[in-house]
Amino acid sequence: MADYKLALENITKSFGALTANDAVNLRVRAGTVHAVLGENGAGKSTLMNILYGLYKPDSGRILVDGQPVTVSSPKEALASGIGMVHQHFMLVAHLTVTENIVLGMSGQGLMLDVAGHTRRIEDLSKSFGFDIDPGAEVIKLPIGMQQRVEILKLLYHNAEILILDEPTSVLTPNETGPFFELLHRLKDAGKTIIFITHKLEEVMAVADDVTVMQDGKVRASVGAADTDPASLARTMVGREVLFQVKRSAHSTGETVLELDGVTAGNDRGLKALERVSFEVRAGEVFGIAGVDGNGQTELAEVITGLRSVDSGRILVAGKDITQTSVSRRAGELGIAYVPEDRHRDGLVLDDSVAQNAILRTYDQAPFASYGFFNRQAIADHAARLVRDFDVRLQSIDQEIRYLSGGNQQKVILARELEANPKVLVAAQPTKGLDVGAIEFVQQQILNQRDRGVAILYISTELEHLLDVCDRVGVLFSGRLMDTLAAADATPERIGLLMAGVAA
Amino acid sequence: MDSVYRVMFHLRSVWAILLALAVGSILILAAGSNPIEAYATLFKGAFFDYWGFAATLVKMCPLLLAGLAVVLPLRAGLFNIGAEGQIYIGALFATIVALYVPGLPGPLHIVLCTLAGALGGALWALIPALLKAYQRINEIIVTLLLNFVALHFVSFVVSGPMMEKGAPYPYSPEIPDTLFLPHLLARTDAHYGVLVGVVIALSLYVVFQRGVFGFTLATVGRNPNAARYAGMSVERHIILSFMIAGAFAGLAGTFEVLGHRYRLFHAFSQGYGYDGIVVAFLAGLNPLFAIFSALFIGGLRSGANMMQRAMGIETTVVEAIQGLVILFVAASLAFRYRATAIGRAIARRQEVEEALDGQTGDRKT
Amino acid sequence: MDALLNPQAIVEVLSSSLRLSVPLVFAALAGVLSERSGVFNIALEGKILAGAFGAAVGAFFMDDPYSGLVVGMLFGMMAGSILAVLGVTFGVNQIVTGIAINIFVLGITAFLSRIVFGAQANTLKLPGFKAFEIPWLSSIPIIGPVLFSQDLLVYVMFASVALVFLFLYRTTWGLAVRAVGENPAAVDSAGLSVPALRYGCVMAAGAIAALGGCYLVLSQVFLFSEHMSAGKGFIALAAVILGRWSPVGALLACLLFGFFDALQLRLQFNYPDVPHQFFLMLPYLISILALVGLVGKPRPPASVGRHYRREAK
Repeated sequence: MADYKLALENITKSFGALTANDAVNLRVRAGTVHAVLGENGAGKSTLMNILYGLYKPDSGRILVDGQPVTVSSPKEALASGIGMVHQHFMLVAHLTVTENIVLGMSGQGLMLDVAGHTRRIEDLSKSFGFDIDPGAEVIKLPIGMQQRVEILKLLYHNAEILILDEPTSVLTPNETGPFFELLHRLKDAGKTIIFITHKLEEVMAVADDVTVMQDGKVRASVGAADTDPASLARTMVGREVLFQVKRSAHSTGETVLELDGVTAGNDRGLKALERVSFEVRAGEVFGIAGVDGNGQTELAEVITGLRSVDSGRILVAGKDITQTSVSRRAGELGIAYVPEDRHRDGLVLDDSVAQNAILRTYDQAPFASYGFFNRQAIADHAARLVRDFDVRLQSIDQEIRYLSGGNQQKVILARELEANPKVLVAAQPTKGLDVGAIEFVQQQILNQRDRGVAILYISTELEHLLDVCDRVGVLFSGRLMDTLAAADATPERIGLLMAGVAA
Repeated sequence: MDSVYRVMFHLRSVWAILLALAVGSILILAAGSNPIEAYATLFKGAFFDYWGFAATLVKMCPLLLAGLAVVLPLRAGLFNIGAEGQIYIGALFATIVALYVPGLPGPLHIVLCTLAGALGGALWALIPALLKAYQRINEIIVTLLLNFVALHFVSFVVSGPMMEKGAPYPYSPEIPDTLFLPHLLARTDAHYGVLVGVVIALSLYVVFQRGVFGFTLATVGRNPNAARYAGMSVERHIILSFMIAGAFAGLAGTFEVLGHRYRLFHAFSQGYGYDGIVVAFLAGLNPLFAIFSALFIGGLRSGANMMQRAMGIETTVVEAIQGLVILFVAASLAFRYRATAIGRAIARRQEVEEALDGQTGDRKT
Repeated sequence: MDALLNPQAIVEVLSSSLRLSVPLVFAALAGVLSERSGVFNIALEGKILAGAFGAAVGAFFMDDPYSGLVVGMLFGMMAGSILAVLGVTFGVNQIVTGIAINIFVLGITAFLSRIVFGAQANTLKLPGFKAFEIPWLSSIPIIGPVLFSQDLLVYVMFASVALVFLFLYRTTWGLAVRAVGENPAAVDSAGLSVPALRYGCVMAAGAIAALGGCYLVLSQVFLFSEHMSAGKGFIALAAVILGRWSPVGALLACLLFGFFDALQLRLQFNYPDVPHQFFLMLPYLISILALVGLVGKPRPPASVGRHYRREAK
């Protein structure tokens, strides 16, 4: 017992009808990296939030160094030596590194000893080779550096057990290597690390032990050396991983969508796209790969008209549409758009399913005439879409926020595809969906391809891209690195391009 | 159980009123009078007395229009606290047309005055709207500050260039009697302005329920990003909603001049613009209910005069009661907040601002 | 212009600038504190008025200005507690709550002042603070008479600015306040209570804004009149933005507004043919122009106006 730094015993936590953690056991050896592996919704985050004192478990107990501890708040967790780096950093953007680190630290007096803390933080930072300026404002640091500030914060608060929630999701492939080295240094310094991930390669690369969760339960707990990626994948998904959508042979037609040297800025006024040029033909799926934040969002927005370009041209069927409005692009030109963040851009969550189904055509006949709505036409339309796309709901008058993510995405697809578009821009259309919904979405996209639609498919999930795309282009800091035919697009080659290494 | 709760919840404005009257009765006791007798006098005077009811309608007119001036922009998540100023500028424009545009037949001249008043209010509201849409300057602060500017400006006008010769107080000459709005109730002050207000409220209700504009306005308020994606212009809706709201308030000022006072007085509005906020929230931002809440607040105001004459209770007691009403309405929002129209309308305010940030290109994270 | 440029006139304009800016400074300081913690405080106007009324009541019954000060601050905190309970605990929109507080305070003070002071409300002469000269310092030319020959509340005002500054930037709690206004989730995750921090700031802001009202009653007019705050709370809100949410910045912004106010009074006196309403408009116009002409975009604390609820699935 005593050789476990941390043990969770029979942890159960339910939210209403959903059991997020079902009698979970987790044992972590001191001075090791312990991976907790599982798909979205497997219960990893709930378990970690319990460990960190944000949620209270219904039953079960937590032991640190063999002693039972109660953690009912993050503060108590930290007092027991447990610290967590959240997937979304808990940093205050406009405070300095030092201020962020000492925030909420117990045992300080009323007066803030900035100079003293800064000196000690600098020493600690150097001893781990972090190279962080404690006086810098956090917002001015790159993401990888902010992650180090989070880790430094835990070290400065004397955390012994470090929970890292999907730490590599914010890193580019070439930042991942140095990050793993850092984990080794932490391990050497005697720290115990819990590493939450859904990526198999990472488990094999750094973990000493691995616990696999699925459906709120622990399915396996083994040494990393005693397992292999295939069996981990099987355990994680709960079935044989055989993922293949139907793809029929086809021929492509004329060029429909063309970008010619497009340069555009992002919301912060920085350059997001730099002289991007490509063309997409009728009946072709052109994929855009890249680490999140390399210009994908902006690319989708300039094509759909939500963002203006600084220079360059966008053409549809040979016609320059660079200055055309959003609604004309959607209407006359037939550019359909499945936005990346459906809650932010694609839906009005307070509105009904029926209203969301006409979001892009609300002012057209038969839905509206003389400035007023025709409710019957709107209801008939919604009922038809719901039937055709098999949307599961109680009523078309239901607020769309109460639909599942997959069904919300179906409403968007139905709305965008019903008018027989010529161009489809799909930005991360499978994000956050379960396996069944992913297959449905991809099948719909392939159906459109067979109909002769020119499709731009943006995704950060390489496997999904390779499943559906005919060609793949790679975006790296706003530039289109290269374009590969599906047959040549191996994960290795794309991975290099994603890291900014030209082939 | 849930349905009981729901009914109770939807009646929250009624509870707020009852609670405010209950606390108000303590205030009346403190003033040394019998609350039951006082309320009886007040409500009898406000609603069950021919002259009193006419006085209620006179007050209801500006209250309703000012209330609608708050309701409309809030559908897009925007706060117009500037109805007071818009009332003044509207009244000023109407008076100028009434006094200095000669030779028109009466009815046409009334229409022209009315349009001028609406235009004045709309232009005054355009200032905060432009600043909000293109400079992201907080519309609440700007509308509040502009109220004081308008108040003093009208005060200057009626004590200087437009002052009646030899008048003891700052006011303009009387407008020609051909411009007096016809009376709704014979031998009283109640004029047709209140009917215009009711018609506007009903129209607004229909537009909110079934109109495309009601939908786009709400969409801009609920999710401005989705609104852009649907091809709606957030900036245009900010400007349009404020200008229409300003026009409503401008009409309130116009009818005060054409229907009630027949001159432009210094400081004539006495806070109708602010009372409009109470009307709007008491109505749960529903234009149809605004008719009733304006009638109620108008009744409180006119009944208070009755109460003072009959029992010597200070009219300021209804200001206190009105303050309690809005406080309790605000407090009632603590329950099932999201389910209310008010909650929905303003929960998205932040998002409008973020969308504007995104557009002007300096959103910081 | 000669009338404005002799040393005597300069001292008079500057010292009246300072006096006119005192209520604004208190209110803006309250605004800084509360908005730094993430609570939008449109209720400043109501808090000034509550403070003024409290000051009048305290001074009236106890016949001394110090009691007025205490009661005034107490009333300001009561107004603040409404914002705290509804806005912080129950998540009612802070703007709606603030507007409700303003209207409520306006109505209730109008009524209660008639009850308390009766017919003499407008002729009252309440005990107040007198200006006193700080020995030696007050004999410095220009600065002496302007800065060191004022009454107690002016000195309290400067002390408050310094205290709020030290609190925000030199104490651990101040750090927590600055953090909670930017990112409450980070503060929560660091084990500090978001509501407790916000309650503290909103209540303290109530007391500080109330001091502005106390100054109006106890140092300027010695009586309470309905709506005597006259939009000062809203000008203070503009000063908070102009001063970029910093105590010293807010002080400077208020002094600027106070200067224009003093200037207009002076001009009004010297140029009787210019309608005085133009001068009355000036402070409000200057505030708006200041917001429009602000160099660079102001960046409010990121979470201001937003209710924080721990993410719970």
